[in-house]
Amino acid sequence: MTFGGLLLEALLAVLVLAGGLFVLVSGIGVIRLRDVYQRMHAPTKAATLGVGCLLAAAALSGLAYGRGVSANEWLVALFLFLTAPVSAYLVARVALHHGVGDREGLASPEPPGEESGERPA
Amino acid sequence: MLDAALVIAFALVSASMLMVLVRLLRGPTLSDRILALDTLYVNAVALVVLLGIWEGDDVHFEAVLIIAMLGFAGSVAFARFALRREVLR
Repeated sequence: MTFGGLLLEALLAVLVLAGGLFVLVSGIGVIRLRDVYQRMHAPTKAATLGVGCLLAAAALSGLAYGRGVSANEWLVALFLFLTAPVSAYLVARVALHHGVGDREGLASPEPPGEESGERPA
Repeated sequence: MLDAALVIAFALVSASMLMVLVRLLRGPTLSDRILALDTLYVNAVALVVLLGIWEGDDVHFEAVLIIAMLGFAGSVAFARFALRREVLR
């Protein structure tokens, strides 16, 4: 294997490992953080970054297999980067709507006097 | 070198999926479950991307695109249902 090929493979390995580690961090965050608002951080940041690293590795792996850099992977990465904040926003709205965290002193957008409490799903 | 890195990354993503699955089963609120499902489809995307690098062909990325779009549509539908008890008007 040529030196350039070796360098490319090392770069791919580093990207793949970094992506796996970021995805693992998002999983740890989802299971370890305390409430929904904190747990939203983990997948929206770590998982999109991790999948971004993996997709970059996939796009560059086309070079290693002699296909050239393909465009599909960047499309998927762009789609994930656009949709992750939207889904996090929707999850936050659901949590606020169901009154999660009201008793811990977080502000509620609902008018006062309506006792919603934490809703067992 | 790349094969070893891929195997390790498979293990890491699978461990992450198991942790998210625990959150999905334990809740405690509906928004936790929606968040867990959302994270689960992103992790599934990661897993199929790894499979695509492993196999070394282009076909998997069409599947990745479909998983990403349907997963997002599912999250939006689930959140809309949780907010106003209807998905489509």
